[in-house]
Amino acid sequence: MSELTVDQAIIAQDLTKKFGTFSAVNNISFMVSRGECFGLLGPNGAGKTSIARMIFGFSPITSGTLRVLDQDIRISARQVKARLGVVAQEDNLDPELTVLENLMVYANYFRLPRNVARERAEEILQFMDLTEKADAVVDELSGGLKRRLTLGRALINQPELLILDEPTTGLDPYARHMVWHRLRQLKENGTTMLLTTHYLEEARQLCDRLIVLNRGTILEQGKPAALITKHVGAFALEIGVEPGLHGQLLSWGSPWLKASQRIGNDLILYSDQGQELAENLGLKIAKDHLRIGYQRLRPTNLEDVFLKLTGETLQGSEDETEG
Amino acid sequence: MPKNSNLLQGWYKRPDIDFGLTVKVFYRNLKVFLKTWKANIMFNFLEPLLYLWAMGFGLGMYVSQINGLSYLEFLAPGLIASSAMFSTTYEVTYNSYTRMAREKIFHGMVATPVSMDDVVLGEILYGTFKGVLYGFVFFIVVALFGVVHSPFAILILIPLFLMSVIFSNLSLIWTSLAPNYDSFGYFFTLLISPMFLFGGIFFPVENLPAGIRFLPWFTPLYHAVETIRPLVLGQADPSIVGHFIWLIIAAIITLPFPLTMVRNKLIQ
Ligand SMILES: Nc1ncnc2c1ncn2[C@@H]1O[C@H](COP(=O)(O)OP(=O)(O)OP(=O)(O)O)[C@@H](O)[C@H]1O
Ligand SMILES: [Mg+2]
Repeated sequence: MSELTVDQAIIAQDLTKKFGTFSAVNNISFMVSRGECFGLLGPNGAGKTSIARMIFGFSPITSGTLRVLDQDIRISARQVKARLGVVAQEDNLDPELTVLENLMVYANYFRLPRNVARERAEEILQFMDLTEKADAVVDELSGGLKRRLTLGRALINQPELLILDEPTTGLDPYARHMVWHRLRQLKENGTTMLLTTHYLEEARQLCDRLIVLNRGTILEQGKPAALITKHVGAFALEIGVEPGLHGQLLSWGSPWLKASQRIGNDLILYSDQGQELAENLGLKIAKDHLRIGYQRLRPTNLEDVFLKLTGETLQGSEDETEG
Repeated sequence: MPKNSNLLQGWYKRPDIDFGLTVKVFYRNLKVFLKTWKANIMFNFLEPLLYLWAMGFGLGMYVSQINGLSYLEFLAPGLIASSAMFSTTYEVTYNSYTRMAREKIFHGMVATPVSMDDVVLGEILYGTFKGVLYGFVFFIVVALFGVVHSPFAILILIPLFLMSVIFSNLSLIWTSLAPNYDSFGYFFTLLISPMFLFGGIFFPVENLPAGIRFLPWFTPLYHAVETIRPLVLGQADPSIVGHFIWLIIAAIITLPFPLTMVRNKLIQ
């Protein structure tokens, strides 16, 4: 047991979080290895923030067990929190203080000596590209700069485990890539990360493994590339066509199909043999003179997996309520 | 949003306090205060100073004596207490609510080794600090008016401290229940203003109608005024001990409630 657990930064077993009678997180189990970047994906309300909050000891666990950095978070919250860095979904900086003061005040909560805090604060400002803003009052910063400061602030105690709840929401593309780059650097230095995000590209770039959640349960888990192969194959063929013809196209394509899904009037067909699928469908469409809006063949990505997994359950639940 | 009836859940449990970290929370607020204290302190002074002028010199012309004191002597020590009361209650209602609900400062702190109980105790400490500070500065003003008659007057810091603790606790209880800023209006209209007007600052409580004469006894302001006035005027006698004890007991009894209620409100 001990050898297994030492390598794990987070071990969640049958973790459940209820608000009243509503289960926001329902009996889920997962492990995050040391040095790994682990992603939590899922639509709004899936339970990502609820899980993150239990891990940093903010939100009490309803049932199950949760070990964080080899300790029970319920028993040793202070010791665990001393080794964590947290970027919450909502910024909670000190708006009246300057950027530098924010870092210094936060260092206090970790009992860092003043000179150490000062040194680290300056490193962090540099690392997050905020040096020029050191003396700016936080209230006057743009949303993206606040977000970067929030991330920088989470590094003040040189955490072993970073909990990042949508760290790049609201960042411009340049800043987002900058943050990705920094996160990769941290990972290379051995920092473990738990990341929630709605940017699938972010998950693909950063996460070694991820889970897809919906309504507090795990739909799927694995490595991003493996999930793509497993669920949608290599190619996606998008066809804009009225829903009445979807059935026809599906049956024509069936020999090559790995999966499919509808989004509005669009039909998306997934296949490992994209070229063949497109050519064969094209022939049949031409022969029957079907009216096609547009047609596009492209490589698949994590977003396809996400849409397929969460779309299925959304559709499933709609059918339930109708029936 | 939890039902307010649940906020008292587990009030008897021992709070999770690390005093060193509580001081860091206090220090955070102090640091923000030090950025704006000049403007703030001016405003908080102005009001009691206006009362002192209007009542002490204006109304005082018509009131010859109260219990053997000039009206200024009677009034000024009481305003020390009310100055502290207003400073603490504003801080721990509007400002604490801003930190808690709008800026989510509390959330940021508890993601570190700081516990929610540390945060709340830090807020109480800071509210108390502000009460004592503003009370003390007003005390200096009163001294400049020549009303301080005894070196033992400096002992008013003790009732000021106790009273400010109590008001911090009461304010934070209200803050934990408050759904929005508007609700603080009720706190001031229903609790703070009546205390200010009828707590023995402007006239002796013995002059209240017989049926409600007992009411001030239940308010912290009254007991603070009854200890501060004799200390300032050099007329302290053993009777003030009873008021001290009242303040000590009330400070202790009210303390667990803000800790529990804020914790239950924020941590779900
Ligand atoms: N304090 C609370 N009281 C009641 N219900 C809550 C509370 N916090 C969260 N919930 C509910 O729990 C569910 C999961 O919420 P959570 O914030 O974990 O979702 P999320 O996956 O982080 O969503 P998002 O992507 O929008 O941030 C939601 O249905 C939410 O309404
Ligand atoms: Mg969330």
